Amino acid sequence: MKACQTPGFWLPLVIVSVWGGVVLLIHQDTMRETAFILLMAVGLASSLNILLGYTGYVSFGHIVFFGLGGYTGFYLLSAQDWPLFAAAIGGGLLSALIAGLVGLAVLRLRGAYFALATIGINEAARAFVSNFEPYGGATGMFVNFSVYQKYGGPGPALWTTFIFLWITALAVLLVSYLVKHSRFGLGLLAIREDEDAAMVMGVKAPQAKTITYVISAFFPGVIGTLYFFKNGNIEPGDAFQLHMSIEMLVMVMLGGMGTVMGPLVGAAGYQWLRGYLLTSPIFKDLHLAVAGAMLLLIILFVPTGVVGWVRNHVRRLQKVLE
Amino acid sequence: MILQVQDLTKRFGGLQALTGVTFDLPEGQILGLIGPNGAGKTTLFNVINGVYPPTQGQVFFRGEDVTGKPSYEIARRGLARTHQVVRPLTDLSVRENVMVGACFGREHQHLRPAARLADEALTQVGLIDRADQPSGSLNVAQKKRLEMARALAAKPHLILLDEVLAGLNPSEIASMMATVRAIRDQGITILMIEHVMQAIMAISDRILVLDYGMLIAAGLPEEVANNPQVIEAYLGDPKMTAQLLAE
Ligand SMILES: Nc1ncnc2c1ncn2[C@@H]1O[C@H](COP(=O)(O)OP(=O)(O)O)[C@@H](O)[C@H]1O
Ligand SMILES: [Mg+2]
Repeated sequence: MKACQTPGFWLPLVIVSVWGGVVLLIHQDTMRETAFILLMAVGLASSLNILLGYTGYVSFGHIVFFGLGGYTGFYLLSAQDWPLFAAAIGGGLLSALIAGLVGLAVLRLRGAYFALATIGINEAARAFVSNFEPYGGATGMFVNFSVYQKYGGPGPALWTTFIFLWITALAVLLVSYLVKHSRFGLGLLAIREDEDAAMVMGVKAPQAKTITYVISAFFPGVIGTLYFFKNGNIEPGDAFQLHMSIEMLVMVMLGGMGTVMGPLVGAAGYQWLRGYLLTSPIFKDLHLAVAGAMLLLIILFVPTGVVGWVRNHVRRLQKVLE
Repeated sequence: MILQVQDLTKRFGGLQALTGVTFDLPEGQILGLIGPNGAGKTTLFNVINGVYPPTQGQVFFRGEDVTGKPSYEIARRGLARTHQVVRPLTDLSVRENVMVGACFGREHQHLRPAARLADEALTQVGLIDRADQPSGSLNVAQKKRLEMARALAAKPHLILLDEVLAGLNPSEIASMMATVRAIRDQGITILMIEHVMQAIMAISDRILVLDYGMLIAAGLPEEVANNPQVIEAYLGDPKMTAQLLAE
């Protein structure tokens, strides 16, 4: 395959592969926890970027797919005794299904109306789950300790979860690249630039946007299942946090929307900063305000993000950073 | 007939933009569409290619009823157009812009053949030197050519050109006219809106005149130029009248 020879294709995959491999080799719990949060950020930001970066549709409530998928996967593995892998896929598919159902309706809206509608979906999902008894209602669900035994106890179960998340993050980056470099992706970029002009040229915008929404909803569902399994419990307050949605946006914008590498860079940069802010006493309670301020500054001064900026200023790196 | 328009009417709220427009366009011709500003010419294009559904009336393209179909559906059947107010896909390169036309137009090409078609179309409109530039960096005359190239790369049966000569200098007009003729010689039927009277009279096989949303004349260029109703329609616009009478 020709794509394998371009650094833009393999660079993000190699970075994440090596990094996950190193964590596995060193085999240290605290390092795994840090890497887990980071890989989760990479996966979530890259998923959002497939919608936001390629079609230009700003999904403010994208965390709903993490929450709904997470809930469903969690239910499947704790109440239905599904294996983790199958449950995670199940969670992803549920998110994809919901995106497909609501997509046609909300993707008709443009600009701020779409963004607002996605927040509405998140809040509606939270309200629904809080009252949905099979999912434990307002108190949520716990993993029965016996479930961990299938993976050789809680410790090895956490490592298995980490490996699944690592593979998921790689899959998102791969899909992100393939979408961007396909005919389908060219249609999405055309929609981002001028949806009406794109349709006049034959791009089936309603269908293309819905498919993209479905793809970008699938992975957060998988990631949600893995994350809540790792935590051992799930409740509505954790699953549908709007501030996580905003952080996803910050990561995409910081790294560079519409690029494959951007969300990776943005996730690493933002998580580093966030870790720093959380340990500093002044900023501890302000990290969300800082995220909001960052979003504003990025949009005003570096709308193309770090990767976009580098691409525009160092022409030689254009083929390296896709 | 490649295009048949029957009794087409379009209302925007209280504004009647088109009233009972009926005409046929035989394959292989260049049909000119003229009329004062605000006559409804662009709206007629928008209704023909599915940007807006008509309030009333029908559009047949290659014998099939396409009335009210979405624009992408009509594009895929082989109807391409340019925009009066250019709409480049700003952050994409010139070549990528044209590839969109090739990928999603009538032939629905894959990326690689689309890139080749794009280069052909860019060569034809004289923009191949700019293929790798972002399309946002082109000037207006070049953006009009880009609109043409995108439409051409779709390999359409019929192409709608909306004021591709507006804002061009005389030498640019001459080369654009040559391009339009070359497109027709490729076997593509053309419906074009134009304000540059000399040019449209010289190039069109037949002319339609639209005024206040109604067709007030149709015929050979010389017939239309001497039609008293047409001259009257243009009287509100002294510059246009002078142009028309200069024929
Ligand atoms: N989307 C629209 N909504 C409301 N009015 C419109 C719209 N598009 C065009 N019009 C109106 O329809 C009339 C015809 O416009 P147009 O077709 O652009 O004229 P022309 O191309 O002949 O100059 C104008 O009065 C214009 O303001
Ligand atoms: Mg017009």
